[in-house]
Amino acid sequence: MTSITSGSLDFRAVLRKYGIVVIFLGLCLVLALVSPAFRTVRNLTNVVRQVSAIGLISIGVTFCIICGGIDLSTGSVVGLISVICASMAQDQFNPDQPISIVMPLVFAFGIALASGALVGFVNGAITAFGGIPPFIATLGMMTVARGVAQLYSGGRPIGRLKEGIIFLGSGSYVGIPIPILIYLLIAVFSWLLLSQSRFGKHITAIGCNIQAARICGIKIKRALVQVYAYCGFLVAIAAIIITGRTAGGNPAYGLGYELDAIAATVIGGTSLSGGIGSIPLCVVGALIIGVINNGMDLLRINPYWQQIVKGTIIVVAVVIDAKRQKKS
Amino acid sequence: MSKSFPGVQALQAVDLEVHKGVVHALMGENGAGKSTLMKILYGLYRPDEGEITFKGAPYRIKSPFDALKAGIAMIPQEVSPVPYLSVADNLFLGREKVRNLGIGLVKKRMTQSMARDLLSEFEIDIDVTKKMNELSIASAQLVAIATAVSYNADLLIMDEPTSALTEKEVQHLFRIIRDIKSRKGISVIYISHKLDEIFEIADAVTVLRDGRTVSTHPIGNITKDILIHDMVGRELKDFFHKEKGTIGDTLLSVRNLGVAGRFEDISFDLHKGEVLGVAGLVGAGRSELMEALFGVVPATSGEIAIHGQTVRIRTPEDAIRNKIGFVTEDRKLTGLFLKMDVKDNIILPDIDAYISRGMLQNRKIRKWCLEQVNALSIRTPSLDQTIDNLSGGNQQKVLIARWLLMQPDILILDEPTRGIDVGTKANIHELISKLAALGKGILMVSSEMPEILSMSDRILTMYKGRCTGELMSEEATQQKVLRMVTGESMDRGDRQQ
Repeated sequence: MTSITSGSLDFRAVLRKYGIVVIFLGLCLVLALVSPAFRTVRNLTNVVRQVSAIGLISIGVTFCIICGGIDLSTGSVVGLISVICASMAQDQFNPDQPISIVMPLVFAFGIALASGALVGFVNGAITAFGGIPPFIATLGMMTVARGVAQLYSGGRPIGRLKEGIIFLGSGSYVGIPIPILIYLLIAVFSWLLLSQSRFGKHITAIGCNIQAARICGIKIKRALVQVYAYCGFLVAIAAIIITGRTAGGNPAYGLGYELDAIAATVIGGTSLSGGIGSIPLCVVGALIIGVINNGMDLLRINPYWQQIVKGTIIVVAVVIDAKRQKKS
Repeated sequence: MSKSFPGVQALQAVDLEVHKGVVHALMGENGAGKSTLMKILYGLYRPDEGEITFKGAPYRIKSPFDALKAGIAMIPQEVSPVPYLSVADNLFLGREKVRNLGIGLVKKRMTQSMARDLLSEFEIDIDVTKKMNELSIASAQLVAIATAVSYNADLLIMDEPTSALTEKEVQHLFRIIRDIKSRKGISVIYISHKLDEIFEIADAVTVLRDGRTVSTHPIGNITKDILIHDMVGRELKDFFHKEKGTIGDTLLSVRNLGVAGRFEDISFDLHKGEVLGVAGLVGAGRSELMEALFGVVPATSGEIAIHGQTVRIRTPEDAIRNKIGFVTEDRKLTGLFLKMDVKDNIILPDIDAYISRGMLQNRKIRKWCLEQVNALSIRTPSLDQTIDNLSGGNQQKVLIARWLLMQPDILILDEPTRGIDVGTKANIHELISKLAALGKGILMVSSEMPEILSMSDRILTMYKGRCTGELMSEEATQQKVLRMVTGESMDRGDRQQ
């Protein structure tokens, strides 16, 4: 008797957890029926490529939210890393730009990734050691990073980049666009990191019950710093991809990305109160946003309406999350 | 005025009758149901059965607001004023005197003068323009009392009002109580653990035990011994008894340990194979002592030695490294990861032992967790079950399993069987006994007298942050321990019965 009850309960739990996948498939089905342009391989590849940057960021944000925090600085950091990376991936020295450095791409990428991780490290350190809520710490960083990006670039785009970085943004390998490959790789790695590593268990525990985590001997401050640094690192990868795809750095890049990333995370079922979250579902969340954007473009929906629709979807996702929380 | 009130879950068939103009004391051990009963009267909980009559009419309320309107006010054990508002504003919170402009502008000067009058009526000398958070706890308590009285309530409930007060302030409080009783005919339900206070201020006393009314006496007809007997009165033979094993070498020795403002000068030894019970009332500093031993709030003075070696325990990691396990008092607040599954909840403190090349070894984790789950007969559909779905008793077992996994030498159990059913309770007691037989040293805090008596080899009693004595289990009786934890007898072996 007990097995029957628990069986049916499990089914409901599975549906509750993976319902978003069903919604995603339904959404794709509807769009495929109403729009012939949607169901082409080229369009679908395009959707995923466009999603990859936001998708990478939302993976980082998922980690932050699971440990009970948030990162609002990701969009600005995209702008900052984009100009840093562009200024160091110069094809040749360009005296018109405030900073123009020619060096092997590997170093340029290394510096860009390290800068992203450093910004995240600062976010985490302010939160962990300053005792300041991550909402405030990263809100401050959001403004500061944008300012630094403008200052660094003189407020202008930075062009004339090496071929290599442009390939990274728009090239393909065995028919698959590079950004998608990177996204896939990072998603798998992050999935393992979250569900199969000590780090993942520790941050889930912190987001679940910080006091109990302390009793279990978890080094909370160190874990928080690591979470934000990892998020910053993923944001830097996204920034490099965007820079490569547009063949230029721009301090204005990433405007509003932080909200899209949070939206993808929340739609993917990560609980804003911490302790629950999954990387595969976060990927689905990002895909849903991408498909909605794409679908609305194809159906020629007024861009103003698009914003309204997107905002509504985010709120609905959070309401569903809150309901689910109450139920369990 | 009377109220009768039989039958609630945490309370079963409680009858209580309070007369007009009387100070009625309510006594009982922790968990006897005093607070639950009072919360029902104040509209915070609702009874499942039974009825209450107040001033001759049926009393049915849904919220504290209704209670206040009906004429019942409560001063909770820990008052929670609005810290950044002034004393005057706090006094009139929710019933501000406002100007007739329709926008709710507060009449500041009038509020302040009314507040001043109110406080001076009770000779409370506090500047009403001060912010609430600038007051001492005692002053805040007095303000809370004045607030409650100012509602013109007919019945005032005071839940351990003196726990934060000094002797002088207690006397002040008693003057206020006598004053409102004689001048206004207000009745008071006075909850306290302190026998002396009860005899000084109360006119009648009701004892609750295990959610039932045990007795009601006028204060003139009763002695302290009768009260103590009524409070404990349970039969010890119903409890699992720890099997007497061999007590080994000293495992842990604590010397003059203290945490500023929480407890001081605690010294004791814990031996292999021994269960050391720590008894005391809420606020005696027992949990604080355990937290210091585990590095949650590290000690500010004194020494801790394990196996004869002095150790520094500044964080829980230090404690874990020294093979100490800690099942905390409040399993939901500081123990469980409610959204995580059973196996994650078990392995977290010992997770390093299950990592190979950066990855968790799921097979090994499952094997060990399953072993624990079976050994402790934890009832769960699977190891992947979210812990929130388990019963309280099984959750508690999971917490114990968590600390057993790392093979501790010393296990601290703070209220190991609080709020769990009798069967599981016996399971856990049996387990504690077995662990002691394996040579582990166990520190067990419990508010339940029979648990302390039946499980401990030795009992340490605490009162107001100090150690009031140590008893071997053979010489311990409920009466003796209760005297020691209420500060009644600091010396041992005084007259019994």
